Amino acid sequence: MILEFERPIKELEERIAGLHRLAGPSVELQTEISRLEEALAAAKKRIYSNLSPYQRVQVARHAGRPNFRSYRDALADDFYELSGDRAYGDDPAVRGGFARLRHGGQNVVLIGHDKGGDVNSRVKGNFGMAHPEGYRKVKRLYELAGRFGLPIVALVDTPGAFAGRGGEERGQAWAISEDLMALARAPVPVLSVIIGEGGSGGALAMCVADYVGMLENSYLSVIAPEACASIIFRDPARAPEAAEAMKLTARDLKEHKVIDEILPEPLGGAHNEPEAAIECVGDALGRVLAEFADMNSGTLVKTRYERYRRIGAHVSERP
Amino acid sequence: MDAVFTKCEKCGQPVYEKDLKARFNVCPNCEFHYSLAAQERVRLLIDAGTFEERDKGLDAGDPLGFEGYAKRLESARAKTGLDDAVLNGIGEIGGRRVAFAAMDFRFIGGSMGSVVGEKIARTIEVAYSDELPLIIVSASGGARMFEGVYSLMQMAKTSVALSRYMDGSWPYVSVLTDPTFGGVTASFATAADVVIAEPGARIGFAGARVIEDTTKERLPEGFQTAEFQREHGMADRIVHRLALKGDLERLLGFVA
Repeated sequence: MILEFERPIKELEERIAGLHRLAGPSVELQTEISRLEEALAAAKKRIYSNLSPYQRVQVARHAGRPNFRSYRDALADDFYELSGDRAYGDDPAVRGGFARLRHGGQNVVLIGHDKGGDVNSRVKGNFGMAHPEGYRKVKRLYELAGRFGLPIVALVDTPGAFAGRGGEERGQAWAISEDLMALARAPVPVLSVIIGEGGSGGALAMCVADYVGMLENSYLSVIAPEACASIIFRDPARAPEAAEAMKLTARDLKEHKVIDEILPEPLGGAHNEPEAAIECVGDALGRVLAEFADMNSGTLVKTRYERYRRIGAHVSERP
Repeated sequence: MDAVFTKCEKCGQPVYEKDLKARFNVCPNCEFHYSLAAQERVRLLIDAGTFEERDKGLDAGDPLGFEGYAKRLESARAKTGLDDAVLNGIGEIGGRRVAFAAMDFRFIGGSMGSVVGEKIARTIEVAYSDELPLIIVSASGGARMFEGVYSLMQMAKTSVALSRYMDGSWPYVSVLTDPTFGGVTASFATAADVVIAEPGARIGFAGARVIEDTTKERLPEGFQTAEFQREHGMADRIVHRLALKGDLERLLGFVA
């Protein structure tokens, strides 16, 4: 998958590859290759370091971006998956279980939206858009984490909770609100990392946390930019403007003190060098878990209360 | 003036405006429940002369400098006489003190921004500290997009406050009215001990139009009505607006 703004880069890469194929030790050819390689490096730097908010949204949605499975496989020495909401079914759009993290060796409850790897698993996981049974499974896992004193680590990557008939019939809103309440009182450290898309309530159900990290090109938003544009500007094509206006990038959210940390991605985005992005998330988790290790449950819950109680933009009382 | 009448949008019958007002916006002919202003909701439910409004004067900031938001706020304030889409305070219901908040759909579709989140959270906190029953009447299209992520975070804010309140043994009663959707249903409005809904109210997570657009599925008659939600186990009772005060008094008699 090639994003529109990546096209100049891809074109340069193709021309360089083409020249390599011509081979031959011609000096002229070598000079041309070096010239193009310099141009490529400059184009990458220029394009990737000036991504607009909407371009970042596109990077966050990139099909080649490392997803929950990549992180799980690379970061957990052991992942003991648990399934089902004990009421209706198991939702593969969100997965979770006990995990032993490679960074620091700590046991945690690891949860994440699963966008899937290939076409089949993408469809099966409904592209990471969970149904109520998914959010109810998550609640079960939050409670298990509390019972066994295991920190909760949630990897957020969803366009949003699924908007469909079945979800409504089974109480989508009810399921999400229960997750928010369960996180609010979780007596263990809660760490969330937004690894891709942070779509609205379906993302928030997994990031009312003591630590929220965001990969550089991930986003967190109350509504998809396309939907915002069609509601407010009555034109979905104005999504880039909506993305700009909504301040949904990691940098914006750090500035507005909604998140704790921006986790840098390799130049061009995590899909260009997945191992580096995954390693960066692993390092952050290991470091933050160690910081929370000695905090008692009362302090955790109280600090979390104050953190979320504070977030708002109301202007203080008029006389 | 008494002769001014209007046509009911639901049944098409002529209705005297004075009758409609006397029945708190419920059609005398077909019993359709129209939206109700937050001030009228207080008049409907709270014992006369006992309501003290709290947290008055909180103004929405325009944290993102979103095009057109400041104007929308200004005209909504002028139209409703409210600070924002919720009116809250302490009052009595059948002689029992309660912490109370009522949302108002007229104010930018009852959307939840920072002021709604803050006023709801303060209402929950006063219920917690004064050990009062908590009653919240919702009417909301969902998040207030103009406030971006601040709007989303109000779901977290109200949930942490509610979670602490509900560790105690005082009741939280949520009354869902037409319409209640999105970030409000996915946070404080559904996480209640008892959920009451007004007849015919549309209640859900995503709106029917959004669902039809994304899934191309035709939705059945009565989808997401209060009756649908009760049938699916999501609401305890459906209560006619004119019976609501008496119903709450009965309920509080058991749990407060």
